[in-house]
Amino acid sequence: MSKLTLKTEGDTHVVVTRRFAAPPEFVYRAHTDPKLLQKWLLGPDGWTMPVCINEARPGGKFRYEWTNVKGGGFHITGEYLELEPHSRIVHVERMHLPDPTPDNHVETRFDVDGTGTLMTIRMTLPDAQTRAAMLATGMEGGMEASYVRLEELIYNSSRHGTQLGKQAHS
Amino acid sequence: MDTSPNLDAAFSAMADPTRRAILARLAKGEATVMELTAPFEMTQPAISQHLKVLEEAGLVVRRVQGTKRPRRLAKGGIEAMDQWLAMLRKALERNYDRLDEVLASMEKPKEGEKR
Repeated sequence: MSKLTLKTEGDTHVVVTRRFAAPPEFVYRAHTDPKLLQKWLLGPDGWTMPVCINEARPGGKFRYEWTNVKGGGFHITGEYLELEPHSRIVHVERMHLPDPTPDNHVETRFDVDGTGTLMTIRMTLPDAQTRAAMLATGMEGGMEASYVRLEELIYNSSRHGTQLGKQAHS
Repeated sequence: MDTSPNLDAAFSAMADPTRRAILARLAKGEATVMELTAPFEMTQPAISQHLKVLEEAGLVVRRVQGTKRPRRLAKGGIEAMDQWLAMLRKALERNYDRLDEVLASMEKPKEGEKR
């Protein structure tokens, strides 16, 4: 079963959901503890995150740097606006390529779902044009946000608001 | 389907971020070279060169409208992008599959332990 869903909302939102077998506390920690983030937030094979700075407190900053075996790389910086352990994170982030992209405002919720967790990521992008510019870059590192931006933009053309939570080709 | 582009050529064409941005723009509708150039800090000839690569890969087609040559996504271009996106989705799912493993290896905090 595909646990991942992706859908668009309006012109500027993207909503991603994913279920996890672990309780919200674990999923929350995996999103805020640098040592844990470095284990999974990597995108395609061949990429690593040598730098992972994460000040998980309101007003705190984070910085993730990715690099691949070919010597490519980019980084993301962001600031935490709200943190409600272990249920909700609100942050803004931007990619540096090296010029910064406009801010992406992201709310991530971790809700109890049976014995596991339903994670809901809601992204708000400034506008459609900005989104188009953002997706021009940043996908090499496999950042989920950029995938979502791309997908939404493409699918919006003909399937606006379509549920995209289908199984990936494998 | 005979309108399908060669996937190798298509993926190779899509490996460039500017060309992906052009495709994304065209996914929203037909556009002229001038319109396609506007969002980028690039010259029209540079954009035209990217368009040429996309056209040769079967991802973009042009038509004649007076002195203009508006471009749009080819049918095969949309299919190729779907496959590209499926690949990206797979990478995204890989992230979360890895997270599943991380979560499975995490210890539950002891009763009363402060965090």
